[in-house]
Amino acid sequence: MARPVFPFAAIVGQEDMKRAIMIAAIDQGIGGVLVFGDRGTGKSTTIRALAALLPPMKAVQGCRYACDPAAPDLWCADCRALTAKPKSVPAAVPVVDLPLGATEDRVVGALDLERALTGSKVFEPGLLARANRGFLYIDEVNLLEDHLVDLLLDVAQSGENVVEREGLSIRHPARFVLIGSGNPEEGELRPQLLDRFGLSVEVRTPQDLPTRIDVIKRRDSFERDPAAFTETWKKAQDKTRRRIVDARARLGKVSTPDSALESAARLCMRLGTDGLRGELTLIRAGRAIAALEGAEEITTAHLCQIAPMVLGHRLRRNPLDEAVASTRVNRAIEELFGA
Amino acid sequence: MTASAVWDRAVQALQLFAADPIGLGGVCVRAGAGPVRDAWLRLLLAALPPDMPVRRVPLNTGDDRLLGGVDLAATLHAGRMIEQKGLLAEADGGIAILPMAERIEPGTAARLRMAMDQGTIMLQRDGLSRSLPARFGTVLLDEGADDERVPVSLLDRIAFLIDLTDVTLRDAGVSVPGAEPAWPDPDPRSTPWPGSARPPATAAPAIDSAGPETPQKPAPITDAAEALTAAALALGVDSLRIPLFALRAARTAARLDGRDDIAPDDLALAAGLVLAPRATRLPAPEQQDSPPEERPPDRPEPPPDADDNPESLPDQPLEDLVLEAALATLPPDLLAQLAQSDPARGAVRTPGRAGAAQMSVKRGRPVGTRQGEPRNGARLHLLETLKAAAPWQAIRRQPGSDRFQVRREDFRIVRYRQRIGTTTIFAVDASGSAAMQRLGEAKGAVELLLADCYVRRDQVALIGFRGQGAQVLLPPTGSLLRAKRSLAGLPGGGPTPLAAGIDAAVAMADVVKRSGRTPVITILTDARANIGRDGTGGRPKAEAEALASAECLRATGVSALLVDTSPRPNPFAKRLAEAMRARYVPLPYADAGALSRAVRAESAA
Repeated sequence: MARPVFPFAAIVGQEDMKRAIMIAAIDQGIGGVLVFGDRGTGKSTTIRALAALLPPMKAVQGCRYACDPAAPDLWCADCRALTAKPKSVPAAVPVVDLPLGATEDRVVGALDLERALTGSKVFEPGLLARANRGFLYIDEVNLLEDHLVDLLLDVAQSGENVVEREGLSIRHPARFVLIGSGNPEEGELRPQLLDRFGLSVEVRTPQDLPTRIDVIKRRDSFERDPAAFTETWKKAQDKTRRRIVDARARLGKVSTPDSALESAARLCMRLGTDGLRGELTLIRAGRAIAALEGAEEITTAHLCQIAPMVLGHRLRRNPLDEAVASTRVNRAIEELFGA
Repeated sequence: MTASAVWDRAVQALQLFAADPIGLGGVCVRAGAGPVRDAWLRLLLAALPPDMPVRRVPLNTGDDRLLGGVDLAATLHAGRMIEQKGLLAEADGGIAILPMAERIEPGTAARLRMAMDQGTIMLQRDGLSRSLPARFGTVLLDEGADDERVPVSLLDRIAFLIDLTDVTLRDAGVSVPGAEPAWPDPDPRSTPWPGSARPPATAAPAIDSAGPETPQKPAPITDAAEALTAAALALGVDSLRIPLFALRAARTAARLDGRDDIAPDDLALAAGLVLAPRATRLPAPEQQDSPPEERPPDRPEPPPDADDNPESLPDQPLEDLVLEAALATLPPDLLAQLAQSDPARGAVRTPGRAGAAQMSVKRGRPVGTRQGEPRNGARLHLLETLKAAAPWQAIRRQPGSDRFQVRREDFRIVRYRQRIGTTTIFAVDASGSAAMQRLGEAKGAVELLLADCYVRRDQVALIGFRGQGAQVLLPPTGSLLRAKRSLAGLPGGGPTPLAAGIDAAVAMADVVKRSGRTPVITILTDARANIGRDGTGGRPKAEAEALASAECLRATGVSALLVDTSPRPNPFAKRLAEAMRARYVPLPYADAGALSRAVRAESAA
């Protein structure tokens, strides 16, 4: 029914975008990924390919919010009310689409209309509940209606969805990685929402012929025979998945030397980014990259690698400066570290 | 290309599309509503299998019909959920026709794009959570005037763009007589799809020009992909979806001819139909300078391992062939235009926002409820609805049933109060006199104002006037990036059609007002009006007309700002500002800060 999914490993180029997605898969606390750029660059293909890369997680059996059996602090009211030790079952990490045109009741959850008609008051969880512990993907995020953006802003910040409507009063955990994509030509993203994304990458259409030919050929053979294509790429796909699993395991062991903290602070000061959020995200993303590369500690090189996607959208923005923000970040890196 | 050749192309596109409507995405037909377009549509419908669903999607279709939702009346009647399928899901396996696609709302276009990309409707509405198949081909009917265009994002997802504007019924009749074997039946729906319906003669000219060097053996498939990708790049077609469509079109053409391999003919056809209409530049000169006859006739065919060294591609004859085929279908004036213009300046347009005024049922702060139907995004207030129904239960109760009876008149929906946004319309004088003096400065000033608009999250629109009249450079948009690009591309020179500029601003203000936003007009001019609306020169007449237009502006009650860009304040500019009751700001005295304060004051008014 739904179209088969293009394998992540088979995506040509767009290294920044792939790296950002992998960082989010390694450390879900990174705070979301925004992918903005040209038409036809495989933004949504890449993001949709993510689900196939994620190893399954453990969840409380029967829980509507897929609570983590190992983290009782974050349990929903139902799990807290359990008297016996909850049974743990494997579950796929949710990658939930929030399509444009979704109504508020389906996003936050609402009274179950069908049962309301027969007289009982039952809460029907929405997309935010389904995305708990996983990813919430919004394609064309810049066109999302304002009232939905408002809802998201609040929930993405607190990690909890509070439903007060139609006589219901319910709260449940809703911790998810927000992933957005869009084309800036269709409209600007609200600054408050932009702020919520930990990483932001700009994608451009490749201009060199060999890369373009590669893209066309792979896409073409995928569309002609998705099953065979997926099979061909299975090995590479497995390898990518293993890299993510390994990186996750190593994440806690990567040490953060003072030199890395200092580099991050200097870079943020030079760029004049507001607040500490940039610095924290820089270190966190640096750790994920270090883990991905199998390094034991975060180095300045790791930070420089991901600085554009962490800091680019945090620069005080001149809306008319078309000079890509990442260029400014790279310039600062060069001045500071002479890279 | 003659008009009848254009028609032939349109019919070829139709035949390919009909053979693979889902794979090829769709067709955009640019033409006024009329017999030619009707004839084309009739041919298309006739070429489709008889049981294929065809749905028309009207411009103002709400989400409940477009995507689907709950049929509330039926649900309440039945006492259980009754779903209503949306148009796009109904079109699954067939085609969706969008009339007046140039006026499509950005939100509707985005929903359509997602369906086209996913082949699925992800329905998350009214308590329903479904994933419905929606694989369809799209026919976009574009009736746009000069400045109206179908959103590029939609065109990027369909294979064919055809323009029947200059085709008359006679042109169409000549090439599609009833006697032609492809359409022998007055009701051709009853005839099965003919095996080789592609009229080979019409594709021939492009092929012929390639001469005998054209490899006669079917090209291996990898070369076809490379040739089309290379040709797309050479023609400045940026999006990678397009060469993919071209490849698919070529394959469909081959299949219709009963072949498995793509022949050069197919490539030429695909290049002409898919790539050529999107060309934004001419190929690099060295490729143009090597016409086919200069090539050695005994040139070997590309070795089978040619894809190992793609760097050598531009020399391959296949690509030249594809390019030539594409170029052969371009109208000469377009070629001339492409040769001298910058590719990025293509007309872009934010589609109309008709209906935005009703949005107050969707967003803003809730301010109570009112009676009404929960459709088009309005939210049912369930409790209020039930409360409204409660007093009537004793009367409505039917014998033998104790079900709670809710009727249509009980429905209560939530009302919202919406903060209305502002659209700032910039009318910029780009005439010779202004350009000589300070078009650059004026552009700088507008840029500063744009930055301000960004902070306030205003929409902006841009109108340029010079020469014979005014031109909408950018319809109201929230994208400052586009505003800036249009501004940078504004050429200078020519006389000053001031009246036309003011008229255009007033007309746009009217549209903005109707869409529920508040317009503010900012005119930047040196006010040296010297050409009338009818295109004749003469300062006194032009000035009188400008004053009359200014009066019109005043009558609309739209707040306005006139920035005088002359080197010394121009008394006439001041008079004009008075006539339109606009704030008057002479640029020589206005630094950036003062200017932005002035605009802010107007927006706040």
